[in-house]
Amino acid sequence: MHAPDGFINAPVSLGTGAVSASILAIALNKAKNELDEKAAPMAGLVAAYVFAAQMLNFPVALGTSGHLLGGALAAILIGPWTGMIAVSVVVILQALLFADGGLTALGFNVFNMGIITVFSGWFVFILLTKFLKGRSGIVIAAFIAALISVPVSAVSFVSQYAIGGTGTLDVLDVLVAMFSVHVLIGIGEGLITALTISAVLVLRPDLVFGARGKIKTELQIKESKVS
Amino acid sequence: MGTTQQHDIAGKLLIARHSVVHHLPAEVKLVAMLSFVFLVVLTPLGQWWAFGVYGLLIIAVIAAAKLPPVRVVKRMVIEVPFVIFAILMPFFSAGPYVEYFGLQLSEAGLIAGFGLLCKGTIGVLSSVTLAATTPMRDLLSGLTRLKVPTLLVEIAGFMVRYVDVIVDEMRRMKIARQSRGYFERGIRSWPVIARSAGALFIRAYERGERVHLAMLSRGYNGKLPSYSLAIATKAQWATGMLLPMGAAIILVLAWRMA
Repeated sequence: MHAPDGFINAPVSLGTGAVSASILAIALNKAKNELDEKAAPMAGLVAAYVFAAQMLNFPVALGTSGHLLGGALAAILIGPWTGMIAVSVVVILQALLFADGGLTALGFNVFNMGIITVFSGWFVFILLTKFLKGRSGIVIAAFIAALISVPVSAVSFVSQYAIGGTGTLDVLDVLVAMFSVHVLIGIGEGLITALTISAVLVLRPDLVFGARGKIKTELQIKESKVS
Repeated sequence: MGTTQQHDIAGKLLIARHSVVHHLPAEVKLVAMLSFVFLVVLTPLGQWWAFGVYGLLIIAVIAAAKLPPVRVVKRMVIEVPFVIFAILMPFFSAGPYVEYFGLQLSEAGLIAGFGLLCKGTIGVLSSVTLAATTPMRDLLSGLTRLKVPTLLVEIAGFMVRYVDVIVDEMRRMKIARQSRGYFERGIRSWPVIARSAGALFIRAYERGERVHLAMLSRGYNGKLPSYSLAIATKAQWATGMLLPMGAAIILVLAWRMA
């Protein structure tokens, strides 16, 4: 979904650039609260993780494979603001280093892939964990959050394409195509995200930001049956 | 999304040469490339000669940077997905239709698709040139000098510094999986991969904690010392701006003729 240069017109590319820059500025401030002075090294390492996780290929069928986008995963693991910065840094560096996504479409790409996925994923997750309790509740919420975040990002992508896209394809056709494809991608994303979260919950439940205060992680003194 | 990246990410991108382009400060190159691509995006479709001249301009920069053409072309593979998108446009757009080689093609789709192809390709060439001529460290300090928030640049710096470590970690886990007899079997192997992703996160996070402690013990107080190099001179800015200046002249001509 990395948009190249020339995919959207100049006003939309400037507009999304300004919006992304201001949201990132807020996120940088908030991330300091999520991580205090650890912000730089921790967010950097998590960004490196997101980058690496995107390289993990999941075999689908007939030799094809998909890979993780990681927006909802990052939000649940390290919190929405830090997660947003981590995923956005990945998108920015992909454009600067690998020409993956145009320089003039950077704001557009950061908005749709770095900001919207994290925001929508986190919002759905928070909403669901109000009703779904315990370890399995968190895992189910993670699945649905990640599933929804992908088509939401696709819809956001298409809505900006509708405003300032240079393509001549009918907006409704693009919407239908993008939405249906991304629901499928979202199912994979959801499964992988849920499985990953449950794996981290087993080993280091204290590291899962989204699970804080929702499951007991402290050491407990238990009565022995022998005594 | 990023499937062509290889390990040793920082080392493999730079194509070290001694050239005018390599020696320009990173912030000059960043501004030059960004404004150049922006001007290209502003160019009205239909003025195809303009895109030809833009292409020649960026090829001249690549030649001045002494970059090997084959390696530049190889890195352009990243644009394949949008090339497909551009090729689809004439087939699926609304009329009026024109006929070429017995195919019914949308005229508007042809123009938009070709336009995207031109603009996108010039954009990819510019980004590839930037990455191939600028060491990562300079790129990051260039961003700082362009007033990108320091924290963001620091995070990017940490990511770049540790991404190879994390990717290597991932590769070791892959070897470990394979030596236990794992092979990919569609969806049934997803839990295995996801457990690896979980373990990778824990390892990355714990490494982050160790890195942070190591920094604290070396006197880190929340701010990294800035490794700013010499500030770009006016002459360097003038050299760098030759590219967008050239593009600006073409853009004005293209608008006049449109």
